Amino acid sequence: MLLKFDPYGIYCPQANVYIDPWKPVKNAIITHAHADHAKWGNENYLSHHLSIPILKFRLGDINVQGVEYGEEIIINGVKISLHPAGHIPGSAQVRLEYKGEIWCASGDYKLQLDGISTPFEPVRCHHFVTESTFGLPIYRFPDSQTVHQDMNDWWLKNKEEEKTSVIIGYALGKAQRIIKHLDPAIGTIYTHGAVDNLNRILEKTGLELPPTKRIISDTNKSLFKGNIVVAPPSAIGSPWMKRFLPYSVAICSGWMQLRGTRRRKSADRGFVLSDHADWAGLNQAIKETGAENVYVTHGYKSAFAKWLRENLHINAVEVDTLYEGESLNESTTPENEIDS
Amino acid sequence: MKKFAELFTVLDQTTKTNEKIEALVNYFAISDAADALWTTALLTGRKPKRTVKTSELKLWAMELSGVSEWLFEESYHVVGDLAETITLLLPPSESQTDYSLTGMMALLKTLDKEPEASKKNIIQEIWMQLNTAERFVFNKLITGSFRVGVSQQLIIKALAKHYNLVESNVTHRLMGNWLPATTTLQHLLFNPDIQEDLSKPYPFYLAYQLDVPFASLNNIQDWQIEYKYDGIRGQIIVRKNELFIWSRGEELMTDKFPEFEVLKNTLPDGTVIDGEILPFNGDEPMPFHIMQTRIGRKNLSKKSLSDAPLCMMCYDLLEYNGVDIRPLPLSERRAHLETLIETLKSNNLAAAAVLKLSPVFECHTEQQLIDLRLVSRDRMCEGLMLKHKDSLYEAGRRRGKWWKWKIDPLTVDGVLIYAQKGHGRRADLYTDYTFAVWHHNELVPFTKAYSGLTDKELVEVDSWIKKHTKEKFGPVRSVTPELVFEIAFEGINPSPRHKSGVALRFPRILRWRKDKKIEDANHKEDLLNLIQQLSNPA
Ligand SMILES: [Zn+2]
Ligand SMILES: [Zn+2]
Repeated sequence: MLLKFDPYGIYCPQANVYIDPWKPVKNAIITHAHADHAKWGNENYLSHHLSIPILKFRLGDINVQGVEYGEEIIINGVKISLHPAGHIPGSAQVRLEYKGEIWCASGDYKLQLDGISTPFEPVRCHHFVTESTFGLPIYRFPDSQTVHQDMNDWWLKNKEEEKTSVIIGYALGKAQRIIKHLDPAIGTIYTHGAVDNLNRILEKTGLELPPTKRIISDTNKSLFKGNIVVAPPSAIGSPWMKRFLPYSVAICSGWMQLRGTRRRKSADRGFVLSDHADWAGLNQAIKETGAENVYVTHGYKSAFAKWLRENLHINAVEVDTLYEGESLNESTTPENEIDS
Repeated sequence: MKKFAELFTVLDQTTKTNEKIEALVNYFAISDAADALWTTALLTGRKPKRTVKTSELKLWAMELSGVSEWLFEESYHVVGDLAETITLLLPPSESQTDYSLTGMMALLKTLDKEPEASKKNIIQEIWMQLNTAERFVFNKLITGSFRVGVSQQLIIKALAKHYNLVESNVTHRLMGNWLPATTTLQHLLFNPDIQEDLSKPYPFYLAYQLDVPFASLNNIQDWQIEYKYDGIRGQIIVRKNELFIWSRGEELMTDKFPEFEVLKNTLPDGTVIDGEILPFNGDEPMPFHIMQTRIGRKNLSKKSLSDAPLCMMCYDLLEYNGVDIRPLPLSERRAHLETLIETLKSNNLAAAAVLKLSPVFECHTEQQLIDLRLVSRDRMCEGLMLKHKDSLYEAGRRRGKWWKWKIDPLTVDGVLIYAQKGHGRRADLYTDYTFAVWHHNELVPFTKAYSGLTDKELVEVDSWIKKHTKEKFGPVRSVTPELVFEIAFEGINPSPRHKSGVALRFPRILRWRKDKKIEDANHKEDLLNLIQQLSNPA
């Protein structure tokens, strides 16, 4: 077995590297900069070069090597390369090849185009490690063009009612995806500091976004009326929100597909917008790898593995990891706002 | 159906009452009278009977979506709602047809007579012509589980606003057992003879929990003080020698209470009494679970009638000799009530035996009131009612003139031992917990509780559970016994069906006792003692 799952993470003994380890190790390949995949304390990091500024912002001055998609490095005979995962800017699947056996650990991924990440590319392999955050057939996500259209319509309606629109999405990835598709003709786009920090970093790597204004403590409250605010989940229910009154709040997440989650979060609107693959996406991605062996991690592991065995006749097993998928809960990560 | 589904979506999405009312008013403005009537019926809980078996629906949905049974079940477990599961699993619709709500309801009614095979065709065909929002509403309607997060009060407000009527009149008109098949919107809202429907009850006047200081009640002598009994709040109606008994939940329960038959020919024409239906042992009220067992029975045997003989503890008189006396002050209504019962006693003792007058207490100080509230539990009551003697009998829950002052809940400390993901509302979190108490050095489960923690605590407990799972049996995880919670409840009954031998009423989590170790949790004996204490007050 070229890869194995041990208490530190996904391990390649031949190359002595871990992929997204959750405990400190010597060599770590990081699929993407979300908090549940990129942990602190490893000696050496390797990631796509687009992830590096965010990793440094989050983890401090780490020892990190950046690579391009498709660039091959060889460690002790193992050919390692990163391939676009389409999850957030810089997100990558890790391909490992040794003596003709090919493995691919996908991290988090989606097939939907988001306008900010390099689109997902299937990697042909024998062994595929997949996530299963939305691995049930109840998750069929709407086309994201429609969702962005609905979002702008919602903003416009709030503007007509003289309300501030507050839209909630993770600071890394989701927020930029939202901002990218907001219509600046409707009004001004304001950002929470956590979102703005990441915007600035990502803009330096070449991401183009419509103009936004960072909210600071003395931003005049009257300026918000009719405009939109992009904020991370930690803002929900916090006193920071008071300045926007009267406002309407919307949450963007794949979980918004479920009425129960929409209601529990007591947002005024839920937009089904996810950076994870839905049921159809997961199935398509797995078929395209051609893998005979699939390892199912975070999400509906057992159900999805069973489905793959029964319907695609793939040797699929579930694997325990500490990744968290798309969490709606604010306090699952130390930064609160950076999560998948 | 599209407009109705849109209305449903708005009502379902917003938590703000003014937005709900606005949505309803807008809907009434664009709907015809027939659809408006059906909407009023559905939103006030007058939902049609289920005409298809849910097991069949499941099979038909599985067939269309190409999902096997176990995968359907997995999905259902996550979604927590059959109608929504089907909605999400069905393939996208092929074409769109806009049925009228009234047309759809008529179609559902005729479905009952169709053979299974054609039921299947009809439903599968409808599914494929509806958008997602309509499908969900449709599935809710055919499974008989249609419910909306909108109170009767809001519908009343919206109808009153749109049709320019007085709210309390609309409340009264919407009471009773009308159905879209038996009336029209015009008749329901505007028929001058409201008593034409003999069974029509009055809206109940409900109180809020006392949350103002004693001093602000001013003169305590101006308040009528009674026990708050723990039974079924109901209205006894006698009109033209016919008897109707309504529960507060607007359920017609006459058949459940044959004890009251005798009132039909003994109470004067045009009498409506508000009170609490309770099982009595002579003059002593019996615990609520005795009532529950009896209500749960399909057929009333001689034994169940004699085990739990019911009476009404009368609180108030709403109609006297055919006159609506709700606009009179409570002091006068009470006087009429006393006269009514006195007269009945002198005419027919048997009839008078099923009507008891709720005793009124004299309190002169706050301490007396507190003491009275404390002893109320010994009388199987749950606290006190404070009603201003000048109060008119109003409709619905109102502040100011009527207060309930419930006793604090009973509590027990239990250890978290099992957890399950929440349904629907909390599908992504472990929020359904089972708690245990000690019994001979073993933890025995004694109750489940779902609510009471803050969202933040839920998240904390959820991640704790994930890290401390011992075993998984299907959706249930057993966890290391470590966390202690204080569980509040309203009552406790012996229950041979439960491992612990007890069943709690309205259990809920009062707080997470981070200060306690599992050794500090209560013992089964504590619960059994509690039952002893409560049923044999000192
Ligand atoms: Zn993840
Ligand atoms: Zn992620």
